[in-house]
Amino acid sequence: MTDEQFLRLISISKSFGNNLVLDSVNFELRKGEVHALLGENGAGKSTLVKILSGAYKPDSGRMSVAGVDYRPSSPLDGLEKGIAVIYQELNLAPHLTVEENIMLGQEENRFGFVDKKRNRKTIMQVLEFLHHPEISPDIPVRKLTVGARQIVEIARALVSRAMILVMDEPTSSLSQEDTQRLFQIIRKLKDEDVGIIHVSHFLEEVVEIADRFTVLRDGKVAGCGNISETSIEGLIQMMIGQRLSELFPRIPHQPGGVLLSCRDIEGKTMDKAVTLELCRGEILGVAGLVGSGRTEFLRTLFGLDRLEKGVVVVSGESFKPKHPEESIKRGLGFLSEDRQTEGLAVRMSLADNLTLSQLRFYSRKGFLRVKKQRQAADEWVNKLNIKARSAQQVVFTLSGGNQQKVALARLLHQEAEVFLLDEPTRGIDVMSKAQIYEIMGRLASQDKSVIFVSSYLPELLGVSDRIAVFHRGQLVEARPAAYWSEASLMKAAITGKES
Amino acid sequence: MNKTRLSLKRIAGLLGPFVGLILVISIFSLMPEVSDRFLRLANIRSVATQSVIVALSALGMTLIIISGGIDLSAASNLALSCVLVAFAINLGLPPVLAALVGVASGGLIGFLNGFLITRLRLVPFIVTLGMMGIARGIAKWVARNQKIDAPLSWLNELMVRSPRPFWLVVSPGIWIMILLSIIMAVLLRKTVFGRHVVAVGSNELTARLCGIRTDRVKIIVYSLSGFFCGLAGVTEFSRLTVGDPTVAMGLELDIIAAVVIGGGSLSGGVGSILGTLIGVFIMAFLRNGCTMMGWPNYFQEIIIGAIIVLAVTLDRLRHRQE
Repeated sequence: MTDEQFLRLISISKSFGNNLVLDSVNFELRKGEVHALLGENGAGKSTLVKILSGAYKPDSGRMSVAGVDYRPSSPLDGLEKGIAVIYQELNLAPHLTVEENIMLGQEENRFGFVDKKRNRKTIMQVLEFLHHPEISPDIPVRKLTVGARQIVEIARALVSRAMILVMDEPTSSLSQEDTQRLFQIIRKLKDEDVGIIHVSHFLEEVVEIADRFTVLRDGKVAGCGNISETSIEGLIQMMIGQRLSELFPRIPHQPGGVLLSCRDIEGKTMDKAVTLELCRGEILGVAGLVGSGRTEFLRTLFGLDRLEKGVVVVSGESFKPKHPEESIKRGLGFLSEDRQTEGLAVRMSLADNLTLSQLRFYSRKGFLRVKKQRQAADEWVNKLNIKARSAQQVVFTLSGGNQQKVALARLLHQEAEVFLLDEPTRGIDVMSKAQIYEIMGRLASQDKSVIFVSSYLPELLGVSDRIAVFHRGQLVEARPAAYWSEASLMKAAITGKES
Repeated sequence: MNKTRLSLKRIAGLLGPFVGLILVISIFSLMPEVSDRFLRLANIRSVATQSVIVALSALGMTLIIISGGIDLSAASNLALSCVLVAFAINLGLPPVLAALVGVASGGLIGFLNGFLITRLRLVPFIVTLGMMGIARGIAKWVARNQKIDAPLSWLNELMVRSPRPFWLVVSPGIWIMILLSIIMAVLLRKTVFGRHVVAVGSNELTARLCGIRTDRVKIIVYSLSGFFCGLAGVTEFSRLTVGDPTVAMGLELDIIAAVVIGGGSLSGGVGSILGTLIGVFIMAFLRNGCTMMGWPNYFQEIIIGAIIVLAVTLDRLRHRQE
């Protein structure tokens, strides 16, 4: 029984617009096995999980469960057909109790009235099975720890009699103990013949818990096999592959004296102290997995997230970043990773977005000098080759790459000294990417400094002078770019250890 | 060329409300029962005078709605100001000072709204819902739950239909409304502060990212709006000649409706002073026309309700096309 291919995905493809995210992916899951689904950020794991759950429909390909065609019309339909997905950000209603959450949508009822007794019996059975009878069904979920919430999610999946459990980064926010407790449960579920797909970045855990693996790279299957026949290094190699070398325009620049330094800064979103120095004319790359604390570091530096300890020194003057207004005055500029909801006011015009941080330069006694503002915008549109009809065009009508150039133009225009760029090339076309690399190089050659957060290792290696790695909130390393390779960066990001 | 495109776009945005206004006016002027009276100067003058109170409050409300907020306490604030003016006159204060007391109380209530919204991080709906009760309660308390009579003064001439001197043509209240509308339109379109208000309403996160003190902007916006409500309270007193704590019950909804009919979006970032004024006049002419026709009150309410839904629907459709 256990050897049979329980879930089969055959030649699944999916694209968004022109972007082919999954390219003829095959995947198989046996009963009672833990199958690790691996890959870099953006390799296509999440899309595959969403197709499995029924949230997305594949463009082509087939899926079957126990030999029967599986075509979920929605996540609910998928759950009814036996596939439960537990997402990274847990899907629980915080104000409802444990019991209400577990039974939500699957309440035992008699003529529409909730049958409390039968509900309670089911829940106690499941919690007992999971070795967590101490979780009381009556407390609201918001009072539980993250680990306990995850148990509730798993209980929910079990009540629905799911035979396949997909766990998307289940351990990313768990403590060591909770992780071990989760693994015990996973082992128990295996004994019950439940098939588990384990999506994770943490390869050491994968090696510990998984039986088999499938690695995705750029939307294709880069390898699969038994965990016992591979190693962490082998998996990393499969994840990064042999990439075609890309062209990164290098504009000569020479790092000079220290421009920005922070000593032991901690903040509301940064629970581990970070110390870092940045030189004039230097591009510092920052690598790390999503959720490793790289974004939070930039936000705290810029005064968007609250700084609790430590000081930041810019050009010899120390200050505690409290509000972006002050940071901008001190020469910092921040590019948000999320240009749609934070980086740009997409319903305002290009000219407004470009000058929003410096409107006082375009005013006399508080009155806007619209003409001057528009001229400045036109100038930047030309300089950065932004494809727009006019400076009055509303930003959301521009393409992603051009939007990003508008956001970047704002920092250039406010004459920042230190550029904090969070995923500046995410989701934009190749031409715009190359242009953004070039801008970064030019800034460095003008003795300005750049901190450049990215999940795309080749660009980090190609553009940066030095690269720092974040792992679970901690700054692991900051070494010259020549010292790193894709494999060693990945390893440091995944394991938190220098090699 | 950019300029023409911009103004064309703005005109297109105002086209809907404007056509609505023309439609309302033409329908009533074609009704045989009222056609001879509806477009007379006397009637227009009276409609305009009736609009002053809603229009003044709606100026501030426009700013609040563009900034992404809402003010449910506007009408209570207005009533409190109305009562305080009468109270101050009875204390022996000269009319100028009494009017200032009213305006200042309005500004203070507005400031409190802004302060609570930004400091307690509460949603504007809740804070101003609370303030709606508080201001109304204080108004009744000050007035001991009845109307406050006050001796007549020049304040009561702000809202007369036939003003003295005759060359004013319309009542001083209307002139105040026109003047303040122009000032507010300029503030919104031509100043850095105005652009900051739009930015906060359009995307507060971006505004913060760009170093705009979003909290400060909001406090100013709510204070300004409170000031306008206070001023509306003074004109209300001028019209009634008494301080009535129960005046303008539910008027906040008319004020909000005017802004929305005029193209303001409750999700922030969009709206204009001219649009709001058109919204005010659409409602005023409708009320006036219905009354002249002898249609019952409930009929007006149904029509205005339908117009609000229609206006927003049309606006949505227009945006989808963009």
